[in-house]
Amino acid sequence: MSKHLISIHDFSKEEILKVLSLASKFEERKSDPIFSDKVVASLFFEPSTRTRLSFETAANRLGARIIGFSDAVNTSVTKGETLKDTIKMVSNYADLIIIRHPLEGSARYASEVSSVPVINAGDGANQHPSQTLLDLYSILKTQGRLDNLNINIVGDLKYGRTVHSLMQAMSHFKPHFRFTAPKELRMPEEYKEQLKINGIPFDESERLEDGIENMDIVYMTRVQRERFTDAIEYERVKNVYSLKNEMLDFAKPNMKILHPLPRINEIHQDVDNSNHAYYFEQAGNGVYTRMAIIKMLLDKIDI
Amino acid sequence: MSPMEKHLKVSAIKDGTVLDHIPANQLFKVIDILGLSKITNQITFGTNLDSKLLGKKAIIKIADKFFEDNDINRIALIAPQAKINIIHDFQVVEKKVLSVPSTIKGIAKCMNPACITNHQDVETSFATISDSPELKLLCKYCEKVTDEKNLKIISNN
Repeated sequence: MSKHLISIHDFSKEEILKVLSLASKFEERKSDPIFSDKVVASLFFEPSTRTRLSFETAANRLGARIIGFSDAVNTSVTKGETLKDTIKMVSNYADLIIIRHPLEGSARYASEVSSVPVINAGDGANQHPSQTLLDLYSILKTQGRLDNLNINIVGDLKYGRTVHSLMQAMSHFKPHFRFTAPKELRMPEEYKEQLKINGIPFDESERLEDGIENMDIVYMTRVQRERFTDAIEYERVKNVYSLKNEMLDFAKPNMKILHPLPRINEIHQDVDNSNHAYYFEQAGNGVYTRMAIIKMLLDKIDI
Repeated sequence: MSPMEKHLKVSAIKDGTVLDHIPANQLFKVIDILGLSKITNQITFGTNLDSKLLGKKAIIKIADKFFEDNDINRIALIAPQAKINIIHDFQVVEKKVLSVPSTIKGIAKCMNPACITNHQDVETSFATISDSPELKLLCKYCEKVTDEKNLKIISNN
């Protein structure tokens, strides 16, 4: 295991399980100010309120101080400073760097020029590994296991980075997938090919209604306007799925609905009070998972 | 055309390396990739020569130069059928067949317009995930695949 968190592909099954086990220890303790002598840099070259607050909460609960910016507008990036120079400078100030950047591969590059550990908090449409780890933590916590689960992934399966990373990480645990998407947003062939090579069963559907009954997890996603170059295609698919409470009558008791948030209208508000709704707790789990990641990297734990 | 006639088009070298069967339209890229414009060895080349295999081919002869496999394999990206002959005392003493290296630094451009390597001064780096029937390169940075039909070579000049 490297000393950075850049891509979920860098993680073996055992490494994933170690992070999740550490996260559950932090959930018991909530706060654990073991890093009061550390400075964490939070560099958000594009805004992402949810991810930034989650990471900064995690760092605060570990007692660390935070420096950084939430938007590149007021920084020297607008003067033309390269990513390399920003990272070189900040790695002389801070003990750990959390980076969100619109260019794909920016976090990997940052980790190569940084003298301190780097956490990828999203590099364009590429990777967002802490999201994947908190999704796995939520699945483990609600199901008591990760192996042999029926998982329906719904929405934008073509451009959704969250979906691709989740699918690849879960592939360690013998899942049965169902992919629910309009035909414009179906799971790309390359990913399905990979599942076939790994012997992981999946089926595909355009209908959400009949993809609920046998499921352990229904993972809803938003159709993201910013990923579309074609406005007409976006208009056609944006409202295609809306999960309502009445659709949950025959769901298994253990079934949980996850969503990386923010949701728009793909989950109706009347689902929020259902026992199946888990998306707000899922966001809360993000803090424990990120505490685990930060501890791992600052302690240089060989996970 | 007799073999003798062909040999006369680009004169023989005593010692060195001959790169034959280069597609004519890739000649200058091969020169680029191997950095031949920056070395002081004697180099002779011919291009637009008739070839049964390629239609039009190019040939390069570099006196007193012997490449490491890693270096010469870099041209496999653009001239996979090229034949490498090692010459000692006017005789071919070794023939090499190119193979695509498992990692490729520089040379190729990532086809993903949102990749950091297309925006900032970052050397590209790929893992070769397939070399036949179609070349596929996985970008170390953006994790996207660049395939043969979208392959663009970065010029050194």
